[in-house]
Order: sequence, then structure tokens, then C-alpha cells
Amino acid sequence: MRTKKSTPYLFLAPYLVLFTVFIIVPTVMAIGLSFTNYNAVQTPQFVGLTNYINLLTQDTIFLQYVLPNTVLFAIIVGPVGYILAFFLAWSLSQLPKLPRTILALIIYSPSMTMGVAMTVMWRVVFLGDQSGIANYVLTQLGVITEPIVWMLNTDYILPIVIIVALWSSMGVGFLAMLAGLLNVSPELYEAAAIDGVRTRLQEVCYITIPAMKPQMLFGAVMAVVGAFQSGNIGVMLTGSNPTPQYAAQLMVNHIEDYGFTRYEMGYAAAVSVGLLALIYAFSFVANKLFASKDE
Amino acid sequence: MAVGGTKVNPKKFHRNQIPLYLYLIPIAVFMGAPIVYIINHAFKPMDELFAFPPRFFVTHPSLDNFCNLFKTTAGSTIPISRYIFNSLIVCVAVVVLSILISTMAGFALSKMKFRLKGPIFEVNNLALMFVATAVTIPRYLTINTIGILDTYWAHILPLVAMPVCLFLIKQFIDQVPDSLLEAAQLEGASAWTIYRKVVMPLTKPAIATGAILAFQAVWTNTETSSLFTSAEGIRTLPFYMNTLTAVGTVQGQGMAAAAALIMFIPNLVLFIIMQSSVMNTMAYSGMK
Repeated sequence: MRTKKSTPYLFLAPYLVLFTVFIIVPTVMAIGLSFTNYNAVQTPQFVGLTNYINLLTQDTIFLQYVLPNTVLFAIIVGPVGYILAFFLAWSLSQLPKLPRTILALIIYSPSMTMGVAMTVMWRVVFLGDQSGIANYVLTQLGVITEPIVWMLNTDYILPIVIIVALWSSMGVGFLAMLAGLLNVSPELYEAAAIDGVRTRLQEVCYITIPAMKPQMLFGAVMAVVGAFQSGNIGVMLTGSNPTPQYAAQLMVNHIEDYGFTRYEMGYAAAVSVGLLALIYAFSFVANKLFASKDE
Repeated sequence: MAVGGTKVNPKKFHRNQIPLYLYLIPIAVFMGAPIVYIINHAFKPMDELFAFPPRFFVTHPSLDNFCNLFKTTAGSTIPISRYIFNSLIVCVAVVVLSILISTMAGFALSKMKFRLKGPIFEVNNLALMFVATAVTIPRYLTINTIGILDTYWAHILPLVAMPVCLFLIKQFIDQVPDSLLEAAQLEGASAWTIYRKVVMPLTKPAIATGAILAFQAVWTNTETSSLFTSAEGIRTLPFYMNTLTAVGTVQGQGMAAAAALIMFIPNLVLFIIMQSSVMNTMAYSGMK
């Protein structure tokens, strides 16, 4: 469509202004602040790479708990959650419309329980005494004899956080992949059968995934972002930051701990930059895997 | 397995589908169980909440928990209606504004030719990975600088620009035929008229999807209340619900369940109403 030169910019202006003020500027500021010592009261002092060096050499909590927790959490909830989402979408796409819609709705609905709803739901399930449903079921099954105080037991907090995050991870990406799967043309499968594709796995690898690469990529990006966004679950479930003995401490929580509890904003900003870099690294891998080479 | 066995979107039930049901149904039960449990929990009277052994389903449903929830004011003098009112204003504003600016930007990015088109779309794609919690502090500083701390704008403006909304809407507008827009142009319609009369009506499914995503982002958001406002009077419902559920009283559990339900149901209902629009939009969600 042909327009005056200024028209597209006029249409874009409102979005771009807000996008710049609330997304670009804060990101750039985080990078800038990460090179300073800033306590939110005095002017920031430039300290070069000190924050990063401290983060990687001195911060024992970060190195011992936060980083390993974050990597474990991100790998399970990101890639594993993503594969699970694809598998579920693939299975659902082979069902007739009505049961498919009902099952997809049930599987998608946990991702709508953000914040309060999710916290309350799982706190009630993992109640620390015998009236909690998880304790009750496990006692009945004979797995445990004493009720477990889930939210204080450092062995269980991280696994619970991961389960809850996985449970709520079938979101927009899952729907996108389901839509993508439903749009793969049936002729492709027929042609593949003639060409000698024999097993389901071959079919998925050679037909399905290549035919819906764009949705696969969108789903992957959503999975990565979702994984990092759900980093608050541990703090919400246990009701404290830091989580008991840092058992489920993730980078997002570490940032808030330093930024809002200790007011070491410069240091917190360095952790933020590290987190953004980690997210970018995950998405970069996804891009390499699924980017369409033509065009 | 049979050659060419993958039957996508079959018309009716077939024996081959049984194995799929065998694992999809248990998974769906696992996914849905906590939600069903909390719904039951919200309607349990006191004696059933603390019954031993714990019961999954409610036997004598009551509205006690909801009544308690509305009676308690959590030590503050501000009634719950105030928080509901605040939430409504903020939700409506965010949804309307984000749809407005995303459709305008999406229209420009999709159908107009200009120099920065490619770079802007690329930057927006990168921003799909943006995690707001990572840059909470600089966001706070920005909001402080523009002077909207402690106003409704502090709830609204930070959430309005949603990269994922723009992305989905732009991808959807891509498949509106150019010839349609050109025909409108030949008849003398301005870009603004085309946007209102041609693009908007044809983009309804994507608008519905964007609206749902924006609503989900704002309806449960506690961050803007706890970080960007300090006056109790302009905080929103999810924040209030959060303070209530943090209090560990005896009635706490039932009230918390009721609160959880109130926060969850609007999301669910909206999604059910609009699910076919959402699926329609998602078909164009590919990233190249």
C-alpha cells in the first residue's frame, strides 16, 4: 500500500513511544547501571566490571545455589516443557474437533492461573500437615508415614517449583503449535508415505516439523520466556525471598533480593543483564534450530 | 504403525485414537485436578475445610468463604469495592489502549512501505524475549522520572506496549489481501479510514487474542501495585487478594481459595468465549 512518507511513522508512534519508554530504556538502563555502584539514594558511581567480577567470583550464594538452580529450572521448564508441549499438541491434533478442544482447554487452563490463583492452589495442595491433599494421598499409598512440611523442606522446594512451572507452561506457544499442526497439509503426509516414510517418528522429523517451523520457533521463544517469567513461583509458594536456605532461589529472585531488600541496585542490574543474556542464549539456540533458511 | 498413519484433524472417532486418549486423559486430569480442587475448596464450609481425611469434593457447598472475603478489609479502611473499581479501570484501559496501538502499529508494519520497517519488526521480535521482572528496578526509575508514580498511569502505561500482541496482530494483518486496501485507496479512502473500516473488521480474531493476552497480563498483575504505587487507595484487586491470602488465619484457607477463584474465573470465561478466534490467530503465529 502506498502512503505518504510520514504516515507509517504516525501509525507506529504511540506503540514505539511506550515500547521505548518501558522496554528499551529500562533494558539500556540496566546495562548502564550494571557498571555502577548505586544504592538508590546517591548518584551512581562508575565501578567498571566490578559487579560482574564479584558476581562470578565472590557471590557464593549465586554460584552455589542461584546459578545451578536457574540452569536446572530453565532446562527442564524450557526445552523439556517445550518438547512436552509439542508432543501434547501433536497428539491432540490427531483427535476430532470436540474432544480436542475440550482437552486442549484443560491443558491450557493452568497457564491462566497466574499470581494469586496459582499460589493458593498449590499451597493448599502441598499443605504441610496431614490435612494437605498431597500428604494425605502419599500417606494412603504408603509412600510416607509422616506428613512432609513441603514448603520448608529444602529437598522438595525446587522439584515442586519445577512441577508447578511445567504444569503452567502449556500457554500461547502450545496453542500456536497446535494451530500449526492442524494446518500441515494432508497431501504432504500422503506424498511422504509414497516416498517411503515408514514410522511416525520419521514422519514427525521429516514432514511435520519442517512444515511448521515458523510455529515451532514461536513456540520455542514463548517456552523460554515463560520459563524465566515463572521464576517467582518459589518465592510465592514459600512466601519468602530468599526461599528457605536458597533451595529454590532463581536469578529473578536474586535480583529482587539485592535490588529491593539490600538496595544494591548496581549489583542487581548486573544480575539482570546476566539473566537477559541467558534468555537470549536459549532463544539463539531455538533460532538456529528452527529459523527458515529461505527468504 | 500404518503407513501415512497420521490423520490430522479427523472427522470422527477411530480405533487408532484410543492410545492417544489413554495418555491424554490422565495428563488432562493431572492438569485440571488442582483447578477443580480449588473450585471445590472455595465452596467448602469451615468444617469441611479442616476435615480429616481431606475431601476432594465439596459435599455441602456454601458461600461463607466469599462472604468472609468481602467482609474482611485486611486491617485497612479501604473497602474491597475500591480495589475492584481500580482493577476495572486499569484492565479496561490497558486492553483498549494496547489493542489500539498494536493494531495501528501492526497495520503500518504489515501493509506500508518505509525504511525502518525491517529493523523495527526485528527489534519487536527480540523484545518477545523481554522479561519485565528482570528490569524491575530501571522500570521503577523510569516511572519515577516521568512522574506517574502513585497514579493510575503507573498501572496502565508500563503494560500497554506488548510485543507479543503486536507480533500476532501484524502476522494476522499480513494475510489481508493488498488488493482490498488498494481498492479502498482508489475510492479515495485515507490510511486512517482504511485502518478503521477495512483492517480492523478483518482483524477481529487477532484483536480478540490480543485482548485476552493483555487482559491476562493486567488482571493478575500485582507488581505495579506493590512497586509503583504506595497509596492503598489506588492499588488493584490482585494486590489486595495477595495481602489477604498471606494472612494465615483459620478462615484464611477458604478465603484464599475464594480469592483464587475470583482471579481465575474471568480469564477462563474469556478464553472459552474467544477460543476459536485465538486458534484462528495462532495459525498465523509463525516466526520466520
